[in-house]
Amino acid sequence: MSDDELIWRIAGGSGDGIDSTSQNFAKALMRSGLHVFTHRHYPSRIRGGHTYVEIRAAEREVQSRGDGYNFLLSLGDSFARNPQEEAYYGNEEIKPLSENLDELREGGIIVYDEGLVSEEDVEAINLEERAEENNWHVFPMDLRGLAKEHGREVMRNTAGVGVTAALLEMELEHIEDLMADAMSGDVLEANLEILHEAYETTQEEYEFEHDLRAPTGEHESEQALLSGSNAIAYGAIDAGCRFIAGYPMTPWTDVFTILTQNFPDMGGISEQVEDEVAAAALAVGASHAGVKAMSGSSGGGFALMSEPLGLAEMTETPIVLVESMRAGPSTGMPTKPEQSDLEFVLYTSQGDSQRVVFAPGNIEEAYEQTRLAFEIAWDYQIPSIIIYDQKLSGENKNVDVEFFDREPAPDLGSTLTEEELKEAAHDASGKFKRFDYENAEDGVASRSLPGQKGGRYLATGNEHSPVGHIEEDPDNRVFQMERRLEKLEAIRTELDDERESNQTYFGEEDAEYGIITWGSSQGAVVEAVERLNDAGHSVKGVSVSDMMPFPEQELTEFLEGVDEAMVVEMNATGQFRGLLQKELGAYGEKLTSLLKFNGNPFEPAEIVEGYEVNVADEDREPTAQVRIEPAAGD
Amino acid sequence: MSAFNAIGEEREIDRDEFTPGVEPQPTWCPGCGDFGVLKSLKQALPEVGKTPEEVLTVTGIGCSGKLNSYLDTYGFHTIHGRSLPVARAAKLANPELEVIAAGGDGDGYGIGGNHFIHSARENHDMTYIVFNNEIFGLTKGQTSPTSPKGHKSKTQPSGSAKTPLRPLSLSLTSGASYIARTAAVNPNQAKEIIKEAIEHDGFAHVDFLTQCPTWNKDARQYVPYIDVQESDDYDFDITDRAEAAEMMRETEDVLNEGTVLTGRYYVDEDRPSYTQEKKAVGELPEDPLAERYFDDDAEWERSYDLLERHT
Ligand SMILES: Cc1ncc(C[n+]2csc(CCOP(=O)(O)OP(=O)(O)O)c2C)c(N)n1
Ligand code: SF4
Ligand SMILES: [Mg+2]
Repeated sequence: MSDDELIWRIAGGSGDGIDSTSQNFAKALMRSGLHVFTHRHYPSRIRGGHTYVEIRAAEREVQSRGDGYNFLLSLGDSFARNPQEEAYYGNEEIKPLSENLDELREGGIIVYDEGLVSEEDVEAINLEERAEENNWHVFPMDLRGLAKEHGREVMRNTAGVGVTAALLEMELEHIEDLMADAMSGDVLEANLEILHEAYETTQEEYEFEHDLRAPTGEHESEQALLSGSNAIAYGAIDAGCRFIAGYPMTPWTDVFTILTQNFPDMGGISEQVEDEVAAAALAVGASHAGVKAMSGSSGGGFALMSEPLGLAEMTETPIVLVESMRAGPSTGMPTKPEQSDLEFVLYTSQGDSQRVVFAPGNIEEAYEQTRLAFEIAWDYQIPSIIIYDQKLSGENKNVDVEFFDREPAPDLGSTLTEEELKEAAHDASGKFKRFDYENAEDGVASRSLPGQKGGRYLATGNEHSPVGHIEEDPDNRVFQMERRLEKLEAIRTELDDERESNQTYFGEEDAEYGIITWGSSQGAVVEAVERLNDAGHSVKGVSVSDMMPFPEQELTEFLEGVDEAMVVEMNATGQFRGLLQKELGAYGEKLTSLLKFNGNPFEPAEIVEGYEVNVADEDREPTAQVRIEPAAGD
Repeated sequence: MSAFNAIGEEREIDRDEFTPGVEPQPTWCPGCGDFGVLKSLKQALPEVGKTPEEVLTVTGIGCSGKLNSYLDTYGFHTIHGRSLPVARAAKLANPELEVIAAGGDGDGYGIGGNHFIHSARENHDMTYIVFNNEIFGLTKGQTSPTSPKGHKSKTQPSGSAKTPLRPLSLSLTSGASYIARTAAVNPNQAKEIIKEAIEHDGFAHVDFLTQCPTWNKDARQYVPYIDVQESDDYDFDITDRAEAAEMMRETEDVLNEGTVLTGRYYVDEDRPSYTQEKKAVGELPEDPLAERYFDDDAEWERSYDLLERHT
C-alpha cells in the first residue's frame, strides 16, 4: 500500500470516452518510464451505466490492482439517463463522484467537473465533511466550460487530463505526443489548447497542499501496453493461426475482434457465423482441411460448443478454443469476472475428456500459453483450450517489446506431406490408416489432409477402425481409446520434462504456509504474498496454469513442503480446490479456500486478511465480501 | 507447386473407384432410398471429372449420415445437424476441394436448420443433399420436420398436429442459388441433377426423396413421379424467383396428397458464390490458405511487427 505509486481512477458515463482517455494516459505514464497496470470496472446497467478505469503506476513492476486508489478524476455522467425517474435512479450526474468515494485512500485527490454537477448535489453528498475526515484534497474545475471555450464539450476528458498532470507535476510531453498520434488538424489543435489551459489554470488557481506526485522511473527497453486479449490474439498469430470463427459474446469478443481486424492483411480468414455450435464446427472443418484454426466464446456460447469439441476429440482434429469466463450461472453478470467455468470447461461434452486446458495467470502467460496450446494441439491432434476471464481479458499492462521478438511457428505438427504419405500404412484398398494404433508414437497417429494424394480416410465421431470406418469391436475400442488417452500422458511428460513449467512460483521458498491460486487471480496473490513476507510472515505461493493434464508432480511437491495452504479463487464452490483434491487424492486436511464471487476481482489486502483470519486469528470473520471454506476435518 | 496433387488431376476415372475396396458393405435396409443417393453420386462424380481424393464428403448423423462410409472419397461423418458448418469451413480453408455435404431431413431441416438457412444465405460453393424420407430413420421412425400433418409415430401417437416444413421454399427464401428435388426411384434424373449441383458455382441444394420402407410404411414410395421439366402440365421459368416460388409451393402442397413432383426449381447462375464475395471484400486470400502451410518460402507475419500501436 505504498505511497510511491499512483492509482488514478477516471470515472464517468459509459459513453464518455473513458476507455481511450485512460488508455492514452496509461501509455503516457509508461512512456515516462513507469510500470502500469489497468483495471476496468464495467457499468452495471441498472444503476445507469457508470464506469471507471483505474491505472496503477509505479517504478517497480505492477501486476494487480491495488487496495483502493489515490486520485479520482470524476467527469460526471453526461449520458445520465432517466431524469424523470429520479426517485428510482437518483441523480445520475453526481454518481461518478459519489459512488467512487468509499475506496479513495486517505490523503487522496479528487478532481470533479463543476461544469456538470451542481453545487447542491455536491453538498448533498457531504463532500466537504468527508474530505475533511479523510484528508482528501478536492479540486472542483469547470472542465466542461473549458472544453467548450476552446473546442467542443466532449473534449472535457482532455481538460481533466490537463488538471491531473498539473496536480501530479507531470510533464506534458508524452501526453501531447500521444494526442498527435491519435488526431490531427483542428481537433488536435483544440485538444492541445485545452490541455495547456487546464494545466496552467490549475497551477494558477490552487496552492498545492497535497503530497501525491507522479512517481518517476526508467525503462531499460521499449515497452508495449497491451491486454490479455491482445496477448491471446498475438500468441495465435505467431503460432500460425489464420482462421477464426465466432459469434459475439462478452468478454470473448475482444479476441475475436482483434484477430478479425488483423487477418485480412495476413491472408487469414475470419467468419462471424450463425451460432456457437457453428463457430466451433467451422474451426473443426478448417483444421480438417489443413489450416490452423480456432474459435472461442464465453460461458453460454461455450456451452453450445460442447458437441463439436467432443467431435474434435474423437476425430483427433486439432483446434484451439478460448473460453473467457464471466460470472454465472446462465447470463449471470455479463461484464463481471469470475473463475467458475473450470469444471465445465474440463469436462463438458460426452465421454471421457481428452483435451488440454491452460489457464494463463497474466498477460505474458496468455501469449506463451496460447502459442503452446497451438503447438500441442497440432503435435498431438487434440483440442486445446485457453480458459481466462473478463479480468485478464480487459486489463492492460506494460510488457517488454522484445518479449514478442520470436520466430513464428506455423508448423502443422504431426501432419504428413504427400511424399510422407507414400511411406505410410494403407489398407488393401489403398485407404490411409489415419488412426493406426500399431504405428502410433506417444499415441499419435499421423494425419493426412483432403486433397492429398494417397491420404483418403474417413473421419467420424463414432468409434472407428484404423482407416476410420465405424467399428464397435471391443478390442479395437480398447486400442483406440488407450491410444488417445496415451497422448495426454505424453503431453504431461513433455510439460514436466522438456519444457519450462507453466506454473509461477513466488514468496519464500522454505515457507511453511502456502497460497495456491490459478488464472487471473495471480497478480493479487503475488502482491499479497509479498506483503505478508514483508510483514514478517513466511509464505510461499504458486499460480497454476496447467488444468489438464494436471501438474501432479509439481503440486505434490509444493503441498509436501507446507503445513497448510489456502486456495484463492473467484468462485463460490472452490472448483480448483476440488480439482486439486481429485487429482492428488490427498491433502484435504491441509487446504482452506478463500473465495470471492461478488463480481469484483480480489484486491491484495483481501488475501492478506484471509491469511490473517485463517492463520493468526481463526475466530475473526473477514471484513471483505469473501468466504472462507475451512479444511476438511476442521 | 501444390501440396494437394489429387486436386485437378486429369485422368480416366472409373466409377468403381468410389466403392470401398474392402469393407464396409452398406447396412441400409433392403429397398432403402439411400442406395439411390449413393448410386447417383458414384455415377455423377466420374462424369464431372472428379477423382475420389479431391472430393470431401461431409455428413451428419442418421441412416443418411452413413453415405461416406460407402462412398470412397475423403469423408467426415460429423455430428447430428452439423455437416454444413464443417463443410463450409473446409471449403474456405481449401476452395479447390470439391465439397459435398449430406444428411437427413431431421438432420438438415430440424436440428441443423439454422445452419441450412445461413449456408444458403451465404451461397457457399458446395452441394448439399438432403435425404428426405419424411422420418427419423436411424432412431426408429419418429416424426420428422417433413412428416405430413397427421403422421402417427411413437412420439406423435395421435398424429402430428404440425404442418410439414417446406424445404424448397425455405431454401429459396434463404438464398440458395440452385434448388432441385429428385427421388431415389428416378436414378437417371437423380444423376443428372447431382451433376448439375456439383458443377454449379454456389450453394446447390438437392432435396432427395429417399423412401424408408422400414419406418415410413404408409408413405408413398415416391412413384409415380413427375418431372416438372418434362411434363406438359407444368410450365415455369427456373430463373424467375416468383415463378419458382409458386412451383415450389405447389410441389410441397401436393406431395402429401400423393403427387410426387421433381425436377429443377430454381437456378441463379449470376449470383456470386461466397468465396467470390469474400474475396471481393478482401477477406479471403487469393490462393488456398491450406497451401500456405506447405510453402517453405511463405513469410509468416509476426505480432512483433504489430506492436507500434501499443508503444
Ligand atoms: C444431438 C443429437 N440429438 C439426437 C441424436 C439422435 N439421432 C440420431 S439420428 C437422428 C434423426 C435421424 O433422422 P434424419 O436426420 O432424418 O436421418 P435419417 O436417419 O432419416 O436418414 C437422431 C434424432 C443425436 N445423434 N444427436
Ligand atoms: S431405417 Fe429407413 S432410412 Fe434407415 S436404412 Fe432402413 S430404410 Fe433406410
Ligand atoms: Mg430422415
